[in-house]
Amino acid sequence: MTAVLQILWKDALIEWTARSRTVSLLSFAYTILLLFAFAVGADADTLRRHAGAYMWMSILLCSTLLLERTMRIEFEAGAIERLLLTPVPPAALFYGKALSNSVQLWVVGAFTIPLVVVICDVSFVEHALWLLAAVALGGAGLAAPGTLYSAMTARLAGRQLLLPLMLFPLIVPVLVAAVKTTSLVILGDPMDQAGSWLVLLACFNLVYWSLCGVLFGRVVDA
Amino acid sequence: MSKRWESWTGLVGLALIVGGHYVGLFVAPPEAMMGDVGRILYAHVPTAWVGLVAYLAAFIAAIGAMVTGRATWDALVEATVEVGLLLNVLLLIQGSVWAKPTWGVYWTWDPRLTTSAIMVVSFGAVLALRRQIDDPVRRLTLSSVATIIAFVNVPVVYMSVRWWRTIHQDFSSPETVSSAMVTPLRTAAFGMLFLATSFVVRRWRLGLKALEAEFEAPDLPEPVAPLRIEE
Repeated sequence: MTAVLQILWKDALIEWTARSRTVSLLSFAYTILLLFAFAVGADADTLRRHAGAYMWMSILLCSTLLLERTMRIEFEAGAIERLLLTPVPPAALFYGKALSNSVQLWVVGAFTIPLVVVICDVSFVEHALWLLAAVALGGAGLAAPGTLYSAMTARLAGRQLLLPLMLFPLIVPVLVAAVKTTSLVILGDPMDQAGSWLVLLACFNLVYWSLCGVLFGRVVDA
Repeated sequence: MSKRWESWTGLVGLALIVGGHYVGLFVAPPEAMMGDVGRILYAHVPTAWVGLVAYLAAFIAAIGAMVTGRATWDALVEATVEVGLLLNVLLLIQGSVWAKPTWGVYWTWDPRLTTSAIMVVSFGAVLALRRQIDDPVRRLTLSSVATIIAFVNVPVVYMSVRWWRTIHQDFSSPETVSSAMVTPLRTAAFGMLFLATSFVVRRWRLGLKALEAEFEAPDLPEPVAPLRIEE
């Protein structure tokens, strides 16, 4: 656990030294939300109905930029080899990196919520806890497979194409469940379905975090 | 046994498919609700079953490749993923052809259809990844990992008709299908299995030869002196 926190701290320091990059990432999230709004048009009802989808598409597209970099910086200048020489097990390295990516995606999620409120004219106040749970589980559900695939594609020439090509099909269940929960929070949940979608999100998280943690060691060894 | 037993397996498979389809098209009664359109099930259902079997074989081969690190398992991963992908694409085309007269559209966002489409992209990405990696040892490990993760979706595809409200047909069994339809369906299914096995074995032999050539190929000689660009 200490090793996981140390990796998390190391990544936090790296992100702090490159703060302008985080600002660019958040600006990108804002731009995507605006583009969706422009593409759909000024129909307030349509914007409200699809606000959850716009929010998660914005987080998903930001995640590809974030995840593409997360392992590339470790492979550059042989940093990963030095990390593996330390008595840190590969699983701890994975969980540290995946946790760091989760935190960054939570930040992107927290940033997009007020923007969605303003751009799509929606309110989350009544069910804020449900929404926070969706962002927490959705972000983590993107981060775990994203970290593994980032490690797999980091040294390949076509990584910018391969990472989303491999990641997007895998995270469809996470995306669907996160969008559904967010939409139920926005539009009302008369049938009490949000809880079931969150359970589904939690189940996929369990599968991804355990399976990717087991396979990560093989990937960095290769 | 001859090394070319797979040719005979393929021919037997082809004969069974032709026989099964003949009985399905001309002898078996039309489907009660869909009429003659329902006869596509003799092609569609075997394609689906054998496609999922091919992906299951890819999953087992990927575990074998990761545990042993042997090229023979790696070649099997490539062969089974390729054949599974081919059947998966055929499945979607057949499904669309059937859906138009039955549902009125070529495509609908039904859970079974959606998860099957995701399966194409997931396993297609495995092949894309393989083409990007020159080092055979790294290729073996990374494509095995990608195959194992892509397989996570396969049980979801299979169970999708039970887990979600779907317009796709539920599981069929000899109890739910007329006995006159069971025989041609089984014949076509075994035919498809034999034909797919023949394709997999042929592709596996080709893949293994290519991998052996890669392992045996000598490394490029080191340059005798660093290159200099004369000004």
